[in-house]
Amino acid sequence: MSAGETATGAGPRRARWLLWLPLCAFGLVLAVVLWGLWRPADRTVYSAMVGKPLPEFTLPAIAPGKPGVSSADFRRGTPRLLNVFASWCVPCVAEAPQLLTLRAAGVPIDAVAIKDTPADVAAFLQRHGDPYASVGSDPHSRLQLALGSSGVPETFVVDGQGVIRLQHVGDIRADDVPALLRALAEARSPR
Amino acid sequence: MRRAVASLALLLAAPAVAQTALPPLAYTQLRDPEQERRARALMETLRCLVCQGQSIADSDADMAGEMRALVRQRVAAGETPRQVRDWLIARYGDYVSYDPPVSRATLPLWLAPLVLLALGVLVARGSFRRRGR
Repeated sequence: MSAGETATGAGPRRARWLLWLPLCAFGLVLAVVLWGLWRPADRTVYSAMVGKPLPEFTLPAIAPGKPGVSSADFRRGTPRLLNVFASWCVPCVAEAPQLLTLRAAGVPIDAVAIKDTPADVAAFLQRHGDPYASVGSDPHSRLQLALGSSGVPETFVVDGQGVIRLQHVGDIRADDVPALLRALAEARSPR
Repeated sequence: MRRAVASLALLLAAPAVAQTALPPLAYTQLRDPEQERRARALMETLRCLVCQGQSIADSDADMAGEMRALVRQRVAAGETPRQVRDWLIARYGDYVSYDPPVSRATLPLWLAPLVLLALGVLVARGSFRRRGR
């Protein structure tokens, strides 16, 4: 007895191609699963503030001999980097040499220390180098939330008018430096 | 003796571990129960950004605590939950909300139940008609 004869109602011809439907559905599910395995979705949360002006803020100083940071510092005509870091953050140690390279290339860098203490920040800068023009303290991640940043370290390229031009999520690796320098050069010219 | 010194050192070390203090409103309810209820309802629809499967109401991550404090502070200051949600969406995108607004990307999500329901009605009607014959 063939499958066509057992089909009820609709007649054998229509039932025959319907038989392939479950297999096709299975193939489709398999394809979706394989696609997800091959190219896992990017779970990085990017800020929606890129292209918008920095939020207004004034953060008190936390590093010895350095001023705090305010949004006004970023409207003085030259592009700057805003580095969100913390002394307790391990990838921040990994990106320290790259920040020193950028500083040596003449890039002004301001920093926000998240949930940090003056003693810890001083020890961190002494141990891993100090590329910062100023360091502000953000004890309750207020500025971090206002920036749309979801972790440390993150680095924002801000142009001379205080507009965020680029967000770099995670530590800056050696091969990220050229792209950041390019973004800073582009930030020099108006949009 | 050595053990006593060690346990004393541990005891003294505990406050040092707790130095990254969370803002008080991370784990403290608002005094006004109506405001707390509204803040709480909003927190349950906001995604924790470092533990992405959880809401900030459910998560013990530091960042979730800071976001709870932010929600409570803004609600206590008189903002509506909608305004707070929009403030966060302006910074993190729709991803921060578990209640996605209708957009081109989420349209299939909103339409799929309607399409499936319509399909179900069609199938049911077909099989009832057949049985009735």
